[in-house]
Amino acid sequence: MPFPDLNLFTAVHLLFLSAWACALLLADLWIPKTHKPVTGWLAFAGLVITLGLVVAQLGARQAAFGGALATDGFSTLMNFIFIGAGMLSVLMALNYLRQHDLERGEFYPLLLFSIVGMMAMGMAKDLIVVFLALELLSIPLYVLAGFGRPRIESEEAGLKYFLLGAFSSAFLVYGIALVYGATQATSFAGIGMALDAGQATSPLLLAGVGLIMVGMGFKVAAVPFHMWTPDVYDGSPSVVTAFMSVGAKAAGFAALVRVLFDALAPLASEWGVVVATLAALSMVLGNVAAIAQTSMKRMLAYSSIAHAGYVAVAALIDAQGAQSNFSAGAAIFYLGAYALTNLGTWAVVLAVEKPGRMTTDVADYAGLGRTQPALAAAMTLFMLSLTGLPPSIGFVAKFYVFRAALEAGYTWLVLLGVVTVLISAYYYLRVIVVMWMKEGLGEAVLPRALNFTIWLTAVGTLVFGIVPGPLMNFVESSVRGIF
Amino acid sequence: MEILNFLFSTLMLVVFFPLLGAVVLLFVNREQKDLIRWLAVVFSLATFALSLVMLAQFDARVPGEQLAVVVPWIQVGSSWNINFHLGVDGMSILLVLLTTLLMPIAIFSSWTAIQERVKEYMIFFLMLETGMLGVFLSLDLFLFYIFWEFTLVPMYFLIGIWGGSNRIYAALKFFLYTMAGSILMLVAILWLGIAQGSFSVPELAARGGIDPGMQRWLFLAFAAAFAIKVPMWPLHSWLPDAHVEAPTAGSVILAGVLLKLGTYGFLRFNLALFPDAALYFAPLMATLAVIGIVYGAIVSYPQRDVKKLVAYSSVSHLGFVMLGLFALNTQGIQGAVLQMVNHGLSTGALFLLVGMIYERRHTRDLGEFGGLWTSMPVYGTLMLIVVLSSMGLPGLNGFVGEFTILLGAFGSEALASPVYTIVAALGVILAAIYLLWMFQKMFLGQVTNPKNENLPDLNWRELLVLAPLLVLIFWIGLYPQPFFNLMQSSVGSLADVFSAASIAAR
Repeated sequence: MPFPDLNLFTAVHLLFLSAWACALLLADLWIPKTHKPVTGWLAFAGLVITLGLVVAQLGARQAAFGGALATDGFSTLMNFIFIGAGMLSVLMALNYLRQHDLERGEFYPLLLFSIVGMMAMGMAKDLIVVFLALELLSIPLYVLAGFGRPRIESEEAGLKYFLLGAFSSAFLVYGIALVYGATQATSFAGIGMALDAGQATSPLLLAGVGLIMVGMGFKVAAVPFHMWTPDVYDGSPSVVTAFMSVGAKAAGFAALVRVLFDALAPLASEWGVVVATLAALSMVLGNVAAIAQTSMKRMLAYSSIAHAGYVAVAALIDAQGAQSNFSAGAAIFYLGAYALTNLGTWAVVLAVEKPGRMTTDVADYAGLGRTQPALAAAMTLFMLSLTGLPPSIGFVAKFYVFRAALEAGYTWLVLLGVVTVLISAYYYLRVIVVMWMKEGLGEAVLPRALNFTIWLTAVGTLVFGIVPGPLMNFVESSVRGIF
Repeated sequence: MEILNFLFSTLMLVVFFPLLGAVVLLFVNREQKDLIRWLAVVFSLATFALSLVMLAQFDARVPGEQLAVVVPWIQVGSSWNINFHLGVDGMSILLVLLTTLLMPIAIFSSWTAIQERVKEYMIFFLMLETGMLGVFLSLDLFLFYIFWEFTLVPMYFLIGIWGGSNRIYAALKFFLYTMAGSILMLVAILWLGIAQGSFSVPELAARGGIDPGMQRWLFLAFAAAFAIKVPMWPLHSWLPDAHVEAPTAGSVILAGVLLKLGTYGFLRFNLALFPDAALYFAPLMATLAVIGIVYGAIVSYPQRDVKKLVAYSSVSHLGFVMLGLFALNTQGIQGAVLQMVNHGLSTGALFLLVGMIYERRHTRDLGEFGGLWTSMPVYGTLMLIVVLSSMGLPGLNGFVGEFTILLGAFGSEALASPVYTIVAALGVILAAIYLLWMFQKMFLGQVTNPKNENLPDLNWRELLVLAPLLVLIFWIGLYPQPFFNLMQSSVGSLADVFSAASIAAR
């Protein structure tokens, strides 16, 4: 047996960030308690360097570790989303942790470890790697969800997330085992070859694929595997919720798209039914349940479930797989748009949250239009973008996603999708109503880093909504020919 | 250089000058209310001037788009082919001019009425103007949809922040109703883009060839968006709420321009892109239009709130426009386009007049008034002229539009029945009843309510606001030919499609 080609350069950003996170964990011991933001800035620096390494790999298409990991346009785009979400989360955390008396240095290394896991998810070409990456991204997140200790809600969130996460991992492992049993392979290439050889309808294989999708469904918070989401999102410290609602979802979809489009494309009509059902349920239930929420964080949790549905709409291909690159591009674009808008939204939530209280009601935003017009304007833009109204990146993303699904032949799903967009308009508009049309003393604390985050995301949401061409070109040319 | 040619082309300036004004206002201190008001007026007047430049450059003999601006916008791979495409033709030019004319009037009319958050108010108004002009001038479906949805947001704020006591409900209803229709249109636009490989409206119209069965679905999807906006019976229930709660200037723009986005949409997309389906659905649409005419008139009569009365009269008047459009012949469509302008002028003026009395008495209840003529003779005279124009008295603008529409409907091959015309003519009589009833209750007889005795008559600012509308009401009534000339060749080439198509169908 020849020694597999490691090709370490292809995974250099993974290795670097892991090493940086380990070093940071040690370095933090020498950083005094009064200077904990230094750890944050060091984590930020590590992310900047990682970003540089990812940029250096632009255009590369290489495999590493004997084909188990791949660096290609798809993984590069996903890496941008993960690193960007990580950088913005660090900026948001700098003041938040101090404000809520949670300033413990291990926060940042945990965040970095989780990002390493996410990046590995996007690069996975083997089910074993998918599983390892999933655990690497999840375990730090379990800890982070409970980071608000001794607050009972946060501890509950951590425990709940951990238990349900472990449960879903079990499904995933079992599914991987069954697929291995049916195809004698865990690598995507191997599974694909086995399928081409004519084992496409083996019940063992289908059961395995189903279980894998259950496991992924948990991670991306798709209905009916969403039960944990509202409690965990509500109980976790808000900055953690912001990060996981964007990062974990994107990572879950990255792996899902890879598995489905790459390994299981010949089974498209079988898993297509499942994905379309997940998408339909998530869009309907997420949006309908969000209407009834009075807590901002719970509302955004249900909104996040609904958005998992919209991404799933893009994760569909027709039996020929003719437009799978287009669909993958649509999914990535949507994830990026959601990351940008949602992180902005959470940054506003952080600004409005009062010290010592880890939750905000929608009613707390009353009067914000008078006291903080710029902040309220940014939040208005985010709400419009989450609804999918022009001129915002959210509109372009929905256009992209629905177009991909129409081309894949899922017209009914698109019709259902636009109806749920209308439902979602109701609760997003309610935030706008409260901010601008209700009297109140909406207060907000805007430290510089947080303010910068809000400005950056707001400008991005608007500018890419008006001039989406270059970004879409970049996405489309990156994923061309991968699937 | 190319980018400069693009940015400073006439249509770009017309569409985006108001938005530039909104951006400028962002940087003005919110306490300097008068400066903000003046800046808003100046920017809207400058936009009007720019639209006159556009009129001067317009050649009425050309049926197709003119002064076109086409710039590649989203060109990704081979599958996205979206241009930033503006252009004006005979069907849109009058509506553009109507918008740019009504805008400074609306802003001027809010001079004293709006004292709270003047800065945001003016910013939203200018944003709204850009949105509306964009809808009329964009000739790419993607761009059109963006402008279409964009108009929702500022209007939503105008009703929701500066409206009456039930404003939040009305604003939300307005938003959700309109959006409900638009999302179906979005699916149809996506379908067209995929199946035809183009979002360009002139290209799609010229190419044709969409399967007639599919055309019907697309027609219905587009019609859902536009029928709610017009609003056609039975989708009108958002309109009275929105009008009653909106501030005066908001009502003027809502009735004057926003409703025209719907009728214009029918003209530009449903008629031009799906001619077979338009022929197929013409009797249905005309029936709904005629029901709207009669229904709007009957419901107007018992209203005690003057603003609500005028709002319901819009349902009736826009029924005429829809009837004209779906007569599918030159006369009907010409009358419909002219009637869009007429309704903007007359109803706009009516809402302004109602707003003026509301500012004095803070009520719009018909029972509170009576004998106003004695205390406010100038106001009464102007109201009489506008009321007569709205009910279609010969010599004033309403008559020309309605008469042309009725002629068109009567001679229509697509409708092939005089019943529509007869029922619609009944609407003209009903309009006379409810409008004159309102006038009588408000102005004639003795002053019964002492609060009405010493009301000040209109001041110079209010007269200035009304003057341009009155001039146009007489102008169109007495000499409409220049207005018909502007649209003749464009409407003619559209109507040709239908005569050819109906010949083929037979």
